[in-house]
Amino acid sequence: MNAPTKDSGLAWVGRAIRRVEDPALLGGRGRFTADLPAALRVRFVRSPVAAGRIERIAIPEGANVVTAADLAAVKPIMPALHKFGYVPIAQPVLASGCVRFVGEPIAAALAGSEAQAEDVADAVSVDIAASAAVIDARAALADGAPLVHAQAARNLVVEGKVETPGFAAVQGAAHRLIAIELRSRRQNATPLEGRAGHAAFDPVSGRVTLTCATQMPHLLRTAIADLIGMPEGDLRVIAPDVGGGFGQKMSLVPEYVVLVWLARKLESSVAWTEDRRENLIASFHSRDQSIRLQGAFAADAKLLALSAEVVANVGAYSCYPTTCAVEPLMAMAELPGPYDVRAYACVARGVLTNTCPMAPYRGVSRPVITTALERLMDAAAAEFGIEPVEIRRRNLIEKFPYTSVTGLVFDAGSYQQTLEMAAAAIDVPAFRRRQQQARSQRRYLGIGFAAFSERTGYGTPAFAARGMGVTLGWETVELAMDPSGWVEVRIGASPHGQGLRTTIAQLVADELGLAPDRIKVVHGDTDRTPYGWGTFASRSLVIAGGASVLAARKVRAKLKKIASHLMEAAADDIVLTDGVARVAGTDRTLPIETLARAAYHQVHLFKGEIDPAICETATYDPPGTFSNACHACIVEVDPETGRVTIARFVVAEDAGRLVNPMIVDGQIVGGVAQGIGNALLEEIVYDEGGNVLTATLADFLPPTSREMPPIELLHLETLDGTTVTQAKGLGEGGAIGAPAAVLNAVNDALAPFGVTIEEIPATPRRIRAALRQATKKPR
Amino acid sequence: MSERSDITLTINGHAHAIRVEPRRTLVDAIREDCGQTGTHIGCEHGVCGACTVLVDGEPVRSCLMLAVQADGREIRTVEGLANGDDLNPLQRAFMEHHGLQCGFCTPGFLMLVTGVLEREPDISDDDLVDVLSSNLCRCTGYQSIVKAVRAAAAQMRR
Repeated sequence: MNAPTKDSGLAWVGRAIRRVEDPALLGGRGRFTADLPAALRVRFVRSPVAAGRIERIAIPEGANVVTAADLAAVKPIMPALHKFGYVPIAQPVLASGCVRFVGEPIAAALAGSEAQAEDVADAVSVDIAASAAVIDARAALADGAPLVHAQAARNLVVEGKVETPGFAAVQGAAHRLIAIELRSRRQNATPLEGRAGHAAFDPVSGRVTLTCATQMPHLLRTAIADLIGMPEGDLRVIAPDVGGGFGQKMSLVPEYVVLVWLARKLESSVAWTEDRRENLIASFHSRDQSIRLQGAFAADAKLLALSAEVVANVGAYSCYPTTCAVEPLMAMAELPGPYDVRAYACVARGVLTNTCPMAPYRGVSRPVITTALERLMDAAAAEFGIEPVEIRRRNLIEKFPYTSVTGLVFDAGSYQQTLEMAAAAIDVPAFRRRQQQARSQRRYLGIGFAAFSERTGYGTPAFAARGMGVTLGWETVELAMDPSGWVEVRIGASPHGQGLRTTIAQLVADELGLAPDRIKVVHGDTDRTPYGWGTFASRSLVIAGGASVLAARKVRAKLKKIASHLMEAAADDIVLTDGVARVAGTDRTLPIETLARAAYHQVHLFKGEIDPAICETATYDPPGTFSNACHACIVEVDPETGRVTIARFVVAEDAGRLVNPMIVDGQIVGGVAQGIGNALLEEIVYDEGGNVLTATLADFLPPTSREMPPIELLHLETLDGTTVTQAKGLGEGGAIGAPAAVLNAVNDALAPFGVTIEEIPATPRRIRAALRQATKKPR
Repeated sequence: MSERSDITLTINGHAHAIRVEPRRTLVDAIREDCGQTGTHIGCEHGVCGACTVLVDGEPVRSCLMLAVQADGREIRTVEGLANGDDLNPLQRAFMEHHGLQCGFCTPGFLMLVTGVLEREPDISDDDLVDVLSSNLCRCTGYQSIVKAVRAAAAQMRR
């Protein structure tokens, strides 16, 4: 069950074929939003203060500038959640009355070129009566803290609580209680292409086409039409080539609403491309959480009870569609991770502050909760005097399906096996010997593990349980074969670098007996594709891929019926393979193109038994599936400078069937790179007044090729039929596990000094600060 | 606004006579005035390298150079690498080794590497990693880019 795909009987699935996306992108012929010409360019005037009342906006004579007053008829963004005491928060698309974070858009300035628009924006003067701002989430919860929104007392916007019956008794009876507190600082997803939008009015149809860097074109269409109060059919949303998203492009961007409003109002084309500063201060942030965790262990180091307090800084507003509750509530639901623990108590709070709004980013809360839980496991291993691998061995789940203490159902996985694979690959005993020798030379090596699950490909039941105003989840695919035998697969998912045009073609190719180059996947255009939710939450290959396979099976059945008429054989005896329909066991064949042509041009042959044309639709709405992995890494910490060098990084992962192993590896390595950035480098820093101090890429530091170790990948494929394709999602796992593995390794390296770092990123400054407090002197 | 200058940008062998403000950056001139949108803008402050082009053979951050400074000089961009639909060995290596995902940073990496390998075809693996650290990629984690460039360099040396 756990062997990599071999002899699967599949011709195309499982092969590392080259991507169809690549030639255009490599030739400079990709089409990104900023490449489109526009009559007018837009620059936004943004708040320079974190909190205050707008007293006056002075616009120079003749300048083309719009403010909230012009957009009075546009409704504010108001995402809904019907659970956990969620307090609805309204966000005007341009600040109205007051400002709540540095970077909040106040006015839109228009001119013929970007530079001229920037001149106009610079000439707008905004008088703001600044008021006290609150930046830190725990400070925002304190009595007397300034309120970001008057209706949210204590700045509390959502509070989830769970406690299993008899929790206190289980905890009280435990052999040992171990507590840690983990702080994850704020991160920015930092796609290389920032946000960009282009709205063009068509005078003939009266429609507006919004081309933008989004991960969710259909939902964006609905949301913008709602806010503006326009017929949804008058808006077309196109996601062209999109330069990465990682979640940052899945939420409703207020600036895009302004663009559509402007295009309609001016009956023209308007475009906005954010600069890097705007991306770093005013696009969505993520990860800012503080977690207090207590584990109650039996004498054999078995985890009996887990309690957690989670405080998530959600920023100044709530993102649409997930709401800002997504981080704290996912933390609450998934904190026990892949460990078998039956007693659990958690309080998870989302807290408003005068900072940039938070939104999902690759991993969504799980990088933080995995780091907290994996730190707890290592702290416990140290207390019990056992290896980190051993404590995980004793606690990881191994019987499936496994229903977690919070009610999540884990389908078959390989938690124990991936742990053993990673441990064997990294050779723990040999490392321990090397570590001892190194210490005698005053060099400090450390090893760190992270075992984790990655919940992926979940449909409406999972989203319905969250109680959001919008229940996301299913995907519909429309699959058409034209009279010449070419296939078009129209999907609602919206890839932006994941190579879905390649992998979905592989899936469909095997169902139809065609080569993938006969199959074109169409996405990212609301006029051309069925309504769908887009690409996020490691869902696209599982759900849109599953729906594609279901639609392809309907087409296959129809092709076989057509063949049965044309070849005078039973439909069940027809096989589709290598581009032909064959009567099984004979050499009688017909090209699939011939069947396609007959479906349109020779329908009279079917005696009314087969409808004309070939176009089938299928919807897939799965319950969800868990991928799993274990990361292991070795670091060296230089105690003089605090510099961390990663010497080795091993990933043993299991995401079911690998549809295209090359793309799988790319997703994992790319995710690990972002996780390494999270662990060691990347931090959005605010000063006490709410100014972002890291507003360039010289201050906010994604890893470069120099910081990246070689990533060693090991695969297992658990195939248990949970999904249509047997594939599980894997887009986020790299980013989920890496911070924990790296932080555990850093702490293992620092063990001789008697200090620990419970904060990411573990920057040289933080490591040096900890070492200055060291009580122990290493031998 | 300030007076405009008449300049000629020679991009991939084609002369573009354009009129620009002195503050116009080279990348804006390439994209907006000459219509060559293959070169991308990632940060506008010279860190990410997405806008890297070759000016007289040298890799340049075209967001940090003014268009007027490139007047009369030879500029090469990603659009000049392939011969029609035939990708060059470096482009093919990126495809073979999955050196790109979203493709936004890719033109900058291709031009950086083109300039470096022309100047230093025998560059060591370690120096290559250093050179590649000039540019940012957010998707790949670099491993596949390093592999692609090593493969292309080896092929070019043959």
